[in-house]
Amino acid sequence: MEIKKSALAGTLESSDVQILLSPATDGITIDLQSDVKKQFGDQIEETIKKVLLSYKIENVHVKVVDKGALDMVIKARTITAVQRALDIVDEPQWEVL
Amino acid sequence: MNQQNERLRRTMMFVPGNNPAMVKDAGIFGADSIMFDLEDAVAMTEKDAARYLVFEALQTIDYGNAELVVRINGLDTPYYENDIKAMVKAGIDVIRLPKVESAEMMHTLEKLVADAEKNFDREVGTTKLMAAIESAKGVVHANEIAAASKRMIGIALSAEDYTTDMKTHRYPDGQELLYARNVILHAARAAGIAAFDTVFTNMDDEAGFYRETELIHQLGFDGKSLVNPRQIAMVNKVYQPTKQEIEKAQNVIAAIEEARLKGSGVISMNGQMVDRPVVLRAQRVMNLANAANLVDAEGNYIEK
Repeated sequence: MEIKKSALAGTLESSDVQILLSPATDGITIDLQSDVKKQFGDQIEETIKKVLLSYKIENVHVKVVDKGALDMVIKARTITAVQRALDIVDEPQWEVL
Repeated sequence: MNQQNERLRRTMMFVPGNNPAMVKDAGIFGADSIMFDLEDAVAMTEKDAARYLVFEALQTIDYGNAELVVRINGLDTPYYENDIKAMVKAGIDVIRLPKVESAEMMHTLEKLVADAEKNFDREVGTTKLMAAIESAKGVVHANEIAAASKRMIGIALSAEDYTTDMKTHRYPDGQELLYARNVILHAARAAGIAAFDTVFTNMDDEAGFYRETELIHQLGFDGKSLVNPRQIAMVNKVYQPTKQEIEKAQNVIAAIEEARLKGSGVISMNGQMVDRPVVLRAQRVMNLANAANLVDAEGNYIEK
């Protein structure tokens, strides 16, 4: 699926993560800012990629600002951003959840 | 009959559905019920975000024995149907519908919940429902609302909207809520479901909170909706039985056991017959004493 527009989800509050998706043509690129990047960077990127894959998104630029979010928060915010970027907020893909 | 297994619902704590820190920690305060809010605590632009955050939390976080409730957006909003689908799919225990004014609103909800259960391979009938009464019309129809469905577990008073509808506001003595509280309580008891009192938002007025909680405890409410975890211990304190009540209840329970061993249908204590209401009250007292950690495994009062 192609990302139709840029979309943002999440906040910069503690325990949250902000995810910005932008249209791209050169695969999935992730720009991650996190205090725990060293320890958890790979895991955070993995979680985001998994969600993108479940929506069959192959080209997107992802900017991530992590404020110590749990894995389930990263997943929830990515799902929200993807549904917004695909313009399917009102008709979500339930099978992905 | 067995009140021992009756679920305690002293405290129903509101948790803003789009706040990861609060959603994550909601289980650590010991609330009997945790109510994730997708309605008033969430901005219009973040309704979808809150829905997925609560969904993921329900899949991953262990909230212990707490009953998990979600307050969805109202019937007249564009978020209503997707809230229902997401929460049924997540396996929530109870869906709380705000601003309920008729049994029909509960029937509409019940049908959508049943459809979602079928779609997402959940056992039909497992998602329970409750209604919040927030208007004069809701109070007038409380009886039919409480009895609207076999899935109903409770009804709650929501006083902010209700007092506005009544052309008044909240006063310290609570006189303006007396009728609504009694109507809702009777509707709940007649339908065999729980009754929840409204929130108390002024965290600086501790005496006022205790006054209100003591009043609703005296009336017979199961418990209260809460906005702050600090209020949980305060409500539990009001609901905890005294040493004297526990010892009396223990004697009644012992008499029941004695009657059972003798194969006798009549329970007697000190030569007098024990009536069924006394038995029920004793079981409720022991249930509350257990929850408040006031008794040991044998049911003996623990001296502090």
